[in-house]
Amino acid sequence: MTTNFTVNGRAASTDAPPATPLLWVIREELKLTGTKFGCGTGLCGACMVHIDGKRGFSCQTQVSEMAGKSVTTIEGLSADSSHPLQKAWLAEQVPQCGYCQSGQIMSAADLLEQNPKPTRAQIVAHMSTNICRCGTYQRIVRAVERAAREA
Amino acid sequence: MTTNLTTRSKNTSISRRQVMIGAAGLSFAFVLGGPLARAATLATEPTGKALSPWVSIAPDGTITIMSAATEMGQGSMTSLPLILAEDLDADWSKVQVVAAPPIDAIYGNPGFSGMMYTAGSNAVRSYYLSLRTFGAQVRRVLLDNAASKLGVPVEELMTEPSVVVHAKSGRRLTYGDIAAFAQVPDKPPEIKPEQLKKPSQFRLIGKDVMRVDVPGKVNGTARYAIDVQVPGMLYGAVLRAPVEGAAPDKFDESRAAAVAGVIKVIRMPYGVGVVAETPWAAFQAREALSHSTTWTKSGKAWAFDSEKGLEDFAAAARDLKSEAAEWSRSGEPRDALTRAASTFDAEYRCDYAYHAQMEPLNAVAAVSQAGDSVEIWCGTQSQTTAQEASAKALGIAREKVKLNYLLMGGGFGRRGPRDADFVVDAVLLAKEAGRPVKVMWTREDDVHNGRFRPLSAHYLRAGFDDSGKVAVYHHRLVGDRVTPSFDPVRYESRGRKDFILMVGADFGGYDVPHQLVEQLYRDTGVRTAPLRGISWTANKFAVETFVDELAVKRSIDPVAYRLELIKDPRARRVVETVARMAEWGKKRDGRGMGFAFLNYSDSLVAGAAEVSLERSTGNVMLHNFWCALDCGIAVQPDNVAAQTESSIVYGLGLALMERISIKDGTVEQSNFYDYLVPRMSDVPLMHIDVISTDNPPTGVGQMATPLVTPAIGNAIAQLTGTRLRHAPFTPERVKKALA
Repeated sequence: MTTNFTVNGRAASTDAPPATPLLWVIREELKLTGTKFGCGTGLCGACMVHIDGKRGFSCQTQVSEMAGKSVTTIEGLSADSSHPLQKAWLAEQVPQCGYCQSGQIMSAADLLEQNPKPTRAQIVAHMSTNICRCGTYQRIVRAVERAAREA
Repeated sequence: MTTNLTTRSKNTSISRRQVMIGAAGLSFAFVLGGPLARAATLATEPTGKALSPWVSIAPDGTITIMSAATEMGQGSMTSLPLILAEDLDADWSKVQVVAAPPIDAIYGNPGFSGMMYTAGSNAVRSYYLSLRTFGAQVRRVLLDNAASKLGVPVEELMTEPSVVVHAKSGRRLTYGDIAAFAQVPDKPPEIKPEQLKKPSQFRLIGKDVMRVDVPGKVNGTARYAIDVQVPGMLYGAVLRAPVEGAAPDKFDESRAAAVAGVIKVIRMPYGVGVVAETPWAAFQAREALSHSTTWTKSGKAWAFDSEKGLEDFAAAARDLKSEAAEWSRSGEPRDALTRAASTFDAEYRCDYAYHAQMEPLNAVAAVSQAGDSVEIWCGTQSQTTAQEASAKALGIAREKVKLNYLLMGGGFGRRGPRDADFVVDAVLLAKEAGRPVKVMWTREDDVHNGRFRPLSAHYLRAGFDDSGKVAVYHHRLVGDRVTPSFDPVRYESRGRKDFILMVGADFGGYDVPHQLVEQLYRDTGVRTAPLRGISWTANKFAVETFVDELAVKRSIDPVAYRLELIKDPRARRVVETVARMAEWGKKRDGRGMGFAFLNYSDSLVAGAAEVSLERSTGNVMLHNFWCALDCGIAVQPDNVAAQTESSIVYGLGLALMERISIKDGTVEQSNFYDYLVPRMSDVPLMHIDVISTDNPPTGVGQMATPLVTPAIGNAIAQLTGTRLRHAPFTPERVKKALA
């Protein structure tokens, strides 16, 4: 069975079995490898994408749920790293190993979409879904604050 | 800003004008590329020596510098080439960084006897002088060539970034200009250390640049091994034996084979492998196998239970009749103990801990049809072991392994074992499948088959003289062995010493005349490894808590007490700096303050923790952490601060929540629901002072990690009077200790 949906504004389709996590379709079929596999259980946020404008764990979303939906991945956030969060991430030199950062940025983008001027406490509450094993959290807070300021 | 980061080794242009230059025990080719440069061919020089460049300069001015260290977030891929660029006086915006091919003789880490291995926070420290010398040699050759071209004495020339300048005549030649005509001498110019730039002349070292790997990490283009796809590739998963040394006994192949997309189920020496058309099919088949597979009872750890094991460790540690091997000694500690006016002793314990690098272990391998060569894509801390282990698995020569190493989604020590377990998975499955295979470990695989910071029990004793001053330090350490299992080769070459377990067990940095560290060797069979902070995390928990207890016993402020024992001015400075930053001594309602200090392989680091406690739950909250680090010359100061923040967060996990337990030889935890790691809501405000001094650079990647457990424990003791002796300080343990 073919599932049709949209990824980064373009039509996409997959014949993957319905229970297949969206993550594997994005990464291995569509070759958008910026979205990462971290835990497979919705606990770390490395796989975070936007589904119909809201953040979602792509490892916890089955292909069967995707028909007609619209997905944005890190590759679709901007064409040239020009999203205010991406600029802020560079300005604050957030990434270390970098593996979780696509998911962090997608989570943060969802936050700013809902709440353009979050308080520090709101940032912490929202971003605690995402694990960064390099512990870049202090810089992530600064980068989200910067992006909110400069957006 | 550097552009065009290449994270895989690639053919590098070399012209006919190439020559070997030897320096500091390493050899490198100095290369000036022509417009018709051809691809590098290795080992074809008349000398028969392997040849590959550290530096090449193209006529357009592009300077390509090899990066010999692997990148796991610590920044070596930027800082090592930048160090070379400093004495080359290169324009950093024209520098392109390329991953060095895996040739130990040229690129090996002097800090690891020449194997290519990025660990121990020693890349900058170990390569520093060599890289600066190489840069200066290349610059000298450029100057000599410019001098003959311009017909002036070389003494009249100077350089600006990537330009040779003749001030008298106002003439200028760019490095690219010179590359187009330069002749390279048969012998490299000799550069003495005193001819290198003075720190006051640095243009790059000590000035923050954009890390070369970072731009790709905000837009999804950074490439990790898990992102690799090659034509015809299949996906693999491996159900591994729960215990090292066990093998699959029986399993029901049919249910795994019935999963749509599964191509083959493969019996392996240590597990059952699956290859499939998609990752999801491979994981589902692996899951199906997990319900039916039984294991042979070969392997040592089957009977091991970590809770009971730790009790046994602790009993042996405190039983002075229990035989121990001397690890280190200064003075006459045994005599001094018998003469001591009084003694004080204390015990501490640490659990196993898991690396939890965010990228689950994985690798891609493509084996030739004849099985006589293989190409690998992986993220490894050691190019040497990845290549050697793959060669061994196939029974082929190391040269037949083409290694592509990519960015790592975290390493923390997990990615450098001698047996390169996660790489060999891909090699074996690719060979069986006859097609390239990407093997990915699930998070559960990564936890269950982790290699852990060892379990340890510590018995510490101090002997005091008549004035009450500590004269003797004695530490008996019972810990699960690490080096013999993680890296048997280095274990043998280092005189069968388990240094990975024992580092930091001494009373380093404190001026106490008689010191004795003893090891009680234990081999439980559990897989172990160095983990960020190595065994400093456990050993300095014991030492720095003990120092705090000694201060309390003598009713002296813990900072003042440390300063009584510390002579080294650099060490005193970090201690005093942190005390000042933290406003040490200031009363804080409902909050405790704790201190810790260490000399970590010549990096001096001190930290203070401000904590509070919820007595009803046993939850410890860390509010602030102040840290000062003197790492000599801070090559990239902002990255030093970033690494220190990172080290503190990692240390926080080890202090409060991270714990692996073993039952019947089997790991009890599985994923981030029962192996907790710090999240944003857990982290304190971190205040970092990077004290850059003109001393040679030392490590920065993990130095603060061992401070955190003792600093928090000491803060809890200050707040409550209760001493926490078993890390991590989980809520249950804290509650119990306070009851």
